Amino acid sequence: MKRAELSSRLQRLIGPFERLTRLGLRPLGRRGFPYLPPPVPNGVIVPEAPDELGAEYDTDWARRPLAREARRLIARGPLRLGTVLATRPTIDGLDRLRDLAALDPAPPLIFAPNHHSHLDTLLMTSVIPRPWRDDLAVAAAADYFFNRRWKATVSALALNAIPIDREVTNRRSSDRFRELVDNGSSLLIYPEGGRSPDGWGQGFKGGAAYLAARTGADVVPVYIDGTGAIFGKGASRLRPGRTRVIFGRPMRPEEGENTRRFSDRIEQAVNRLALEANSDYWTAARTAASGASAHLHGPSASPWRRAWALTEFRSRGVAGRSERGRAWPDLGRRGN
Amino acid sequence: MPRPGFVLDVDRSTPPMLFWHGERFSLERLPADRSRVIYPAEPLPGLADPDAAIRQALLQPLDMEPLPSLLHAGMRLTICFDDASLSLPKMRRPDSRQRIIEAVLDMAAEAGVDDVHIIAALGLHRRMHDYELRHVLGDRIFDAFHPSGALYQHDAEDHANLVVLGETDHGEVLEINRRVAESDLVVYANVNQVAMDGGWKSLVTGVASYRCLSHHHNPESLQNTRSLMDRHHSALHHSIWRMGAVLRDSGPKVFQIESTINNDAFPSPFDFLSKREWEWTGRDRATFLATSKALDRTPRRLARRIFHSIEAPYAMTSVQAGFTETVHERTLEHVHAQHIVPVEGQTDILTMGIPFISPYNPESIMNPVLVMCMGLGYLFNMYRGRPLVREGGVVIMTHPTTKEFHPVHHPSYIDFFDEVLADTTDPAEMSQRWERKYAEDEWYRHLYRTGNAYHGVHPFYAWYWGAHGQQWAGRVIIVGGDPATVRRLGFTPASTMDDAFELASEVVGRSPTITHLHVPSVLVADVH
Repeated sequence: MKRAELSSRLQRLIGPFERLTRLGLRPLGRRGFPYLPPPVPNGVIVPEAPDELGAEYDTDWARRPLAREARRLIARGPLRLGTVLATRPTIDGLDRLRDLAALDPAPPLIFAPNHHSHLDTLLMTSVIPRPWRDDLAVAAAADYFFNRRWKATVSALALNAIPIDREVTNRRSSDRFRELVDNGSSLLIYPEGGRSPDGWGQGFKGGAAYLAARTGADVVPVYIDGTGAIFGKGASRLRPGRTRVIFGRPMRPEEGENTRRFSDRIEQAVNRLALEANSDYWTAARTAASGASAHLHGPSASPWRRAWALTEFRSRGVAGRSERGRAWPDLGRRGN
Repeated sequence: MPRPGFVLDVDRSTPPMLFWHGERFSLERLPADRSRVIYPAEPLPGLADPDAAIRQALLQPLDMEPLPSLLHAGMRLTICFDDASLSLPKMRRPDSRQRIIEAVLDMAAEAGVDDVHIIAALGLHRRMHDYELRHVLGDRIFDAFHPSGALYQHDAEDHANLVVLGETDHGEVLEINRRVAESDLVVYANVNQVAMDGGWKSLVTGVASYRCLSHHHNPESLQNTRSLMDRHHSALHHSIWRMGAVLRDSGPKVFQIESTINNDAFPSPFDFLSKREWEWTGRDRATFLATSKALDRTPRRLARRIFHSIEAPYAMTSVQAGFTETVHERTLEHVHAQHIVPVEGQTDILTMGIPFISPYNPESIMNPVLVMCMGLGYLFNMYRGRPLVREGGVVIMTHPTTKEFHPVHHPSYIDFFDEVLADTTDPAEMSQRWERKYAEDEWYRHLYRTGNAYHGVHPFYAWYWGAHGQQWAGRVIIVGGDPATVRRLGFTPASTMDDAFELASEVVGRSPTITHLHVPSVLVADVH
C-alpha cells in the first residue's frame, strides 16, 4: 500500500516532464502550425516574398568596418596559415604586376584563374600581392555559396564573396561589381563558372571579360596548379601537397574587341600559363603560337583516356599531391 | 616636373656636402666663395607602360623592318644582352633586359623560330652567377633556356667558337663569337645607363676576343678618349665604330634594342643620397645619422653585403630598336636629357666621393685598382667638351682604399697590384712589359672560362680606363685611404679633406677653385 502511494506521487511529479519530452520527441511534421508554416486556404493567393538568398543576397554588411576587420583577422590568421600549410604554394609571375603595384593607388584588377577546388579561393586570397589582396571581392556561385543563409553569411564575411550567376552575369551583379571597382576593390572571378569535374579545364564563360568591359579594370590571367589533387571536386578529405600559382600579364580589351573574343583571349592566356607551369616559358610560347593551346581542356575522348592523359600532363609539372616518401629499391634481406 | 641638374656656388650658408667613402659616407665642408657643387638632374618620369613601349619599338623600328618580318621558321636567332656590369646598382625586377627579351621571344614563337640562343655578352668580364642571370632575365627565361644550354655566357678564350669577320682599314681585326657571326639575326638587348654604353660597342666588345678588344682597350686609345661619354671625341669609340662597319658589311643582320633608365638609383631608406643636402627633411637627417653611425660600427664585409643587396627603383625612360647607329643616336638624346648639366669653365681641384660599386665589382669588393678605375676612369670622364679639372689640376677622392681583393672574382688583380704596380703605374710601360703575360696566363684563363673570374688582362684594362685622367691630373689625392695602398697606386694619401686641400696647394696654389661632383646619381658635365 505504501509502495503504491509512493508510485502514484512519483507519477504525478514526473508526468509534466514526460509530456514535454513526448512533445519534443514527436516529429516536427506532426506538430502543425505554429511549429510549421500555416496552410494556405484554397482560393487565396499569397504574395511572393522577396528572395533574399542566391544572387539577390545583399553582402553590403560584409564590407562595413567591423566585418572588414573581422575578415582581416580571419584571412591573415588561421585561414592563410592553414591554406599555406595545406598547399605549400610556389608563386611565379609577380614581376608582371610590379608596374601596376608601383602606381599610387594601384588600379583595381580582375583576377581570372582556372578552377579546380574550393581551395583556389583560399589560395588566391593568400597569394595575390598586397595592394590588391586587402580589398579583394570574390565572385562566388550564387546557387552554391548563397543558397543557405549560414553559407551566405560565412562566404560574405570570410571571403568578401559576392553572389554571381554561373551562367549569365546580370545587370544587377555587374552594377554591384562596377560599384566595387569604382571604390577601389579588385575582383576574383572564375571564368570557368565552376570547379573542374575531372581535373581538366572547362571552357571560359564571358563573365570576366564582360566585367572588364563594364568596369574598365584590367584582367589578370592566373593559372593554379595542384589544388585539384589536394581537394578536388568530390574529394572527401584534404590531402596536403604542393601547388603553383602563375600570374600572367594584365590584359584589357582591344579597340573594338567584343566580350566573346576578349574572353577567348583570356582563356588562351590561362592556357599558355598552364603550359608554362608544365613545361617552360619558351615551350609554352611556341605551343601557344602554333595554335595548339587547348591543352587545358584535355583530349576529346572517353573519361578513362582523359584521366590517363591528365596523369601524363601532370607529370611534367611540380604541383600536386606530395610524394609519400622515396621508394627505395628492395635489395633483399641483409645476409641472404 | 623633375628639376634639371645645376651648379651650386658654395658660400658660408651652404651646408657640408655628402661624400661617398666606399661603404660609408662623410659630410665635408667646402671652402666658401671658391667652391661649387654639380648636382645631377632629378629622375625623369618613367614610361607609363614599358612593355607596350617595347612592343611598339619592335614593331616600328628605326631604319629596319619590323622585327616580326625578320623572323621566320628554320632561322638561327641569337639574342645577346648586357651582363651584370649594368645597371648599377642592379635594378629591381623585372629588369629591362627581361622585358625586352620576353617581347622578342613572344614574336619569335609566333614566327615559329626554333633555334634560339641567348648569350650574355660579357667580353672579358667575369661569368655571371646563376642568381645574377635569374635576376637579369627573370625566372621564366632562365628556366626555359638555361637547363638546355641555350642560355650561356660568351667565352672570349674559346678559340674554336670564335671567328674572324674582317679587318678595318686601320688593321683592326674583328673576331667575334661564332654563333653570333653565323646567325641569321642577332638581337641585342641593351641597358644604356650612361652615354658610353650601346651602339656598336655592345657587340664589338661584348662577344669579341682578347685579340679584338686589344685594338681599342689600350693606353694610346684611352689617353685619346676625350671623353668616354662623348663617342664623337673618343678614340676608343672611333675604333669600335670602324669595327662596327665591318660587322655591318660582313657580319649577321643585327637588330639593336636600346633602353634608357632614369636617375632613380636608391630606394626609400637611402633616398637622401640623391637629395640636395639643404632639402633633407628631419627624417632624412635622422636616417643619414642612423645609417652613417651604424655603418661606422659595421664590419666592412657586412656593410658591403647590405649595399650590394640594394635594388634600384630605376624606371625605363625610353626604348628604341632597329639599325644600330640610328638607334644609338636616339638613345644618346634620351641619356643626355637625363645626365647633361651645363658647367662654365674648368676648376683647379675636382673632388669626388667614390662609392661602393663600379661596373667591375657587382656583388664584389671595390679593390684599389677599381678605385683608380672608378675615380680617374669613370667619374673623371663624366664630361663633354673639356674635363672639369684643368690640365695639371688636382683630383681628390674619398675612399678607404684598403688592400682587399675578391679572390674568386679578381684573382689577377691581386698579382697585378703586387707585381705590376710595384714595377710601374705608367699604362704604356705596363702594357709593353706585363700585359701579354697576364693575358696568356693559363691559370687566369682557366678561372675566367670555368669560374667567375675576370679575364687575366682585365686589371690592365681597368687601369687603362683611368689613363686619360692620370695623364691629365697633376696630382691625385685619396682622403681616408690606406697610405701604403694609396702610394702603390701612385697617388697621395691624406687623412682629412683639409689635409688634402693643403697637399693640393703645392700644385695649384693657396686659393684654388674647387668643384665637387655630387654622385652617385649619374651626371655628365657639359663644360664650356
